[in-house]
Amino acid sequence: MEPQTSQTVTVTVNGETYEREVEARRLLIHFIRDDLDLTGSHVGCDTGNCGACSVIYNGQLVKSCMLLAVQADGARIETVEGLAPEDGKLHALQQSFSDHHALQCGYCTPGMLMSAKALLDANPSPSEEEIRKGLQGNICRCTGYWNIIDAVKAVAR
Amino acid sequence: MTETLSPAQPLVVEEGEEQRGFAGTNVPRKEDKRLVQGQGVYFDDVKRHGMGYAHFVRSPYAHANITSIDVSKAEALEGVYGTLIGEEVAALTDPFFQLATPPGAHIKDYALAVGKVRHVGEPVAIVVAATRELARDAADLVEVDYEPLGAVTDARRALDPETPVLHEEAGSNLSWEGVYEWGDVEGAFAEADHVVKISELHFDRFNSTPLECDGAVVEYNRGTGQWTIHTNNQFPGFAAIMMGPAMRTGLDKLRFVTQDIGGGFGNKITSHPQLVACCLLARKLHRPINWTEWRTEFHLTMSHGNERWFLDTEVAVKADGTLLGFRTKALDDAGAFLRYEPLGGVIWAQVTPGCYRWRNVRLDFTQVVTNKAPCSPNRGYSRMQHLWFTERMIDIVAHELGLDPVEVRKKNYVKAEEMPYTTPNGCVYDSGDYARMLDVALELIGYEGLAERRADAESRGKLFGFGIGSTLDSGTNNFGQSRLINPELQFSGNNEVATVKLDIFGEIVVTLGTTPQGQSHETTAAIVVADILGVTPDDVNVRAGHDTYWNSHAGFSGTYASQFAVTGLGAVKGAAEKLAGEIKKLGSVILGCPESELELADGFVRMKANAEAALPLMACGAIINANNAGLPEDLDVTLNARYVYRPPFELPDVERKYGNLTLTYAAQVHAALVEVDPETGVYEIVQYAAIDDCGKRIHPQIVEGQVMGATAHALGAATHETFTYDAEGNLLTPNFYDYHVPHAMDMPPLKTGYIESPSPFTALGTKGMGEGGGAGIHAVCAALQDALAPRGRPVVYDSCNPYHRVWELLQDPEASRRRVEVISK
Repeated sequence: MEPQTSQTVTVTVNGETYEREVEARRLLIHFIRDDLDLTGSHVGCDTGNCGACSVIYNGQLVKSCMLLAVQADGARIETVEGLAPEDGKLHALQQSFSDHHALQCGYCTPGMLMSAKALLDANPSPSEEEIRKGLQGNICRCTGYWNIIDAVKAVAR
Repeated sequence: MTETLSPAQPLVVEEGEEQRGFAGTNVPRKEDKRLVQGQGVYFDDVKRHGMGYAHFVRSPYAHANITSIDVSKAEALEGVYGTLIGEEVAALTDPFFQLATPPGAHIKDYALAVGKVRHVGEPVAIVVAATRELARDAADLVEVDYEPLGAVTDARRALDPETPVLHEEAGSNLSWEGVYEWGDVEGAFAEADHVVKISELHFDRFNSTPLECDGAVVEYNRGTGQWTIHTNNQFPGFAAIMMGPAMRTGLDKLRFVTQDIGGGFGNKITSHPQLVACCLLARKLHRPINWTEWRTEFHLTMSHGNERWFLDTEVAVKADGTLLGFRTKALDDAGAFLRYEPLGGVIWAQVTPGCYRWRNVRLDFTQVVTNKAPCSPNRGYSRMQHLWFTERMIDIVAHELGLDPVEVRKKNYVKAEEMPYTTPNGCVYDSGDYARMLDVALELIGYEGLAERRADAESRGKLFGFGIGSTLDSGTNNFGQSRLINPELQFSGNNEVATVKLDIFGEIVVTLGTTPQGQSHETTAAIVVADILGVTPDDVNVRAGHDTYWNSHAGFSGTYASQFAVTGLGAVKGAAEKLAGEIKKLGSVILGCPESELELADGFVRMKANAEAALPLMACGAIINANNAGLPEDLDVTLNARYVYRPPFELPDVERKYGNLTLTYAAQVHAALVEVDPETGVYEIVQYAAIDDCGKRIHPQIVEGQVMGATAHALGAATHETFTYDAEGNLLTPNFYDYHVPHAMDMPPLKTGYIESPSPFTALGTKGMGEGGGAGIHAVCAALQDALAPRGRPVVYDSCNPYHRVWELLQDPEASRRRVEVISK
């Protein structure tokens, strides 16, 4: 018998449930970007170092390039597209990133926002050190992080 | 965490000038709303029906002949759409035009390797398939036979007779050489009380690694023969000039489209070979092609910053610390191909004396090719290397002669009252006050309390060091400088284009020729237009990105080399003023009064004397576009203004290598404090200050963001970022796993400050900025040298000093000291 090379996957992303036939070796990030057309999450490396693909997966922050799409069967996923509470309104972190000029090219921003959200979900009052630790899995090459740290600090209670 | 020091008064203020409008204020950034919601459109977000994914087959060898390529197994795989190999490329295209004179001019460079590979990772073939995964798998089925050759990875050995030659057509590994000499160098050394000799300094190979790698989605229109290239190339003007002749097609057949770009830093200027390959594939396979470079591919092949050696340097110094001049031999390692090179062989000359007043300089420039990735611009391109060298000379001289590095700088800086200052090679520093900036830096770093901090660090067993980096960010190139490399080149000056129109419902629409990668052009352009048209930035719609079809581009359009605030905003200002003139012309017809009695304010064209006599801009747009019966026949108004900004440049003198090479000179003075563990060499930057002067700031927050970004790049380059090769030409840092960029945990406490010295040469008093000159690299080197001094006075000779190199300096200071010699009269 030929090995199975694809599988049906059901995931819930930002509250919407999707069912797709997916190649067994497809990474979750490419499933999100190419199959679901949710292109907010990005790819910045091929070694799991950069964090541009960070999403919240069953309540936990993950780098979606480090999972296969088939592993996500049944998972509940939050991406940057689901961050704003409603159309025309930004999440406090999104607004704070803009206010503090915590983004330039915007490529790392979706992953950075999801990391910051996961951090504040788990620890609403982080110290500066804890913020830095919480973001250390995300690379930004534009800002030098200072404004990002300030932006998260401003949202922390 | 960051504090900004705002001087009580900007340095240069026009008497009686009144601040009005939005320029100089931090209006919300227009780009942010889409970017924080994941609604940006980067090239890889563009999807097309039937699109094929390209994967490159790359050389595992640094130098080898290709004896055969067999793609049949890959092509037989279901879902594979086709392939491309070097032989096809050589038949369908011509080699890229070379900027160099011979021998570099003889180098043949194609979109794929033809017959031979010259660095690890060089593209040999491409497979296109229905999915990314399949293309990657199929690429593994391509069989390439190689006959390995010896490799050269050390530029200092590149011209040895026994060293293998990369490009046989060129005869040797020399790509370009030239001698630069200005002033009376012999006289300076005769007059000197001390001559400080430095045998070898090394500027390391790295690049700023934008988080988004290169790529494109390319479509071919068979009916018109035109390609649409959705790409993150950051200099479409240059790409078109390279691609058109190679592809044997007119430039109008190449439509470049970009919306958002995930960082560039110069590294995305030279993707033209890959874009040509994608164009050929789109035509061959009758389908759109997606090429998305992987991180490891980017590190292996794209746009490394120039590695440079400074050999046999001599500095002429008077007893009182007055610097008279220097001579050196610069040896530049260009990597395997000249994609933008040898322009680095002249770009450094924009900042020949650095921030200093010395008048006598000789620099023998030699550039060689090696079996490493091709070099291309990287933030601070070529000037950064030279400025690091300049600053290293200053500190080594100070340390060796027992002088205070602060005093040596203050004594030798070009003075504010000498501005505009003509350098020994004819460049004109437009404005600035470096000594004042240094004072601000010293204040922010806590210079007064330094002895106390040093004592505290030493009490904890640490070595403590303080260092300064003072650099220039020269912006708005005079492309005429390319003629100092090759007198036959027909480039000179510079330009940028903008259009501003007033549409039927009053929409104000701006298009630019630039390709921003985070520099906030939409925001700053909107500010400039709003102030001229008397509206708010919210009323101004600046189209995101670049599109050849907008017809708002010219030969030098793009985003590179610190120039938008001059060229881009110069074009925007010109177009907005043209439109304002037309609105007044129309207003004078409708309102029945002379144009001189009209003003634009609050969204109206109205009489200055009577604000009630007013016509909304919306009405102007409607009249011209849709309600124009009865207008005077000779009313020449379209409300669609296009302006080409052209900076005031002359051709440089090729014989003397003399002339003004750039229009503006932003300045940076950075200061760093480090603490070093003497046992391990591990060190920490414990305080940092970055002072910037880029003239008039249109949006201070955006300027500060650029200063921070440039600082972070410099600190990464100073501490960890390096493209290290082994002797066989394998890159040892081919991705973020091995190539260490700064993380949030790594950033030191930062204070930023500024002064404003408006440029007298630009329409808005602005200066290009953003590249930042690499001041941080030098500040860290200087701080390390200061810190290590009690341990045998080692000489910091490399631009990149990871912990192991600091440990080596601590273990064997004499080895580094042998590089330096002082001869005193």
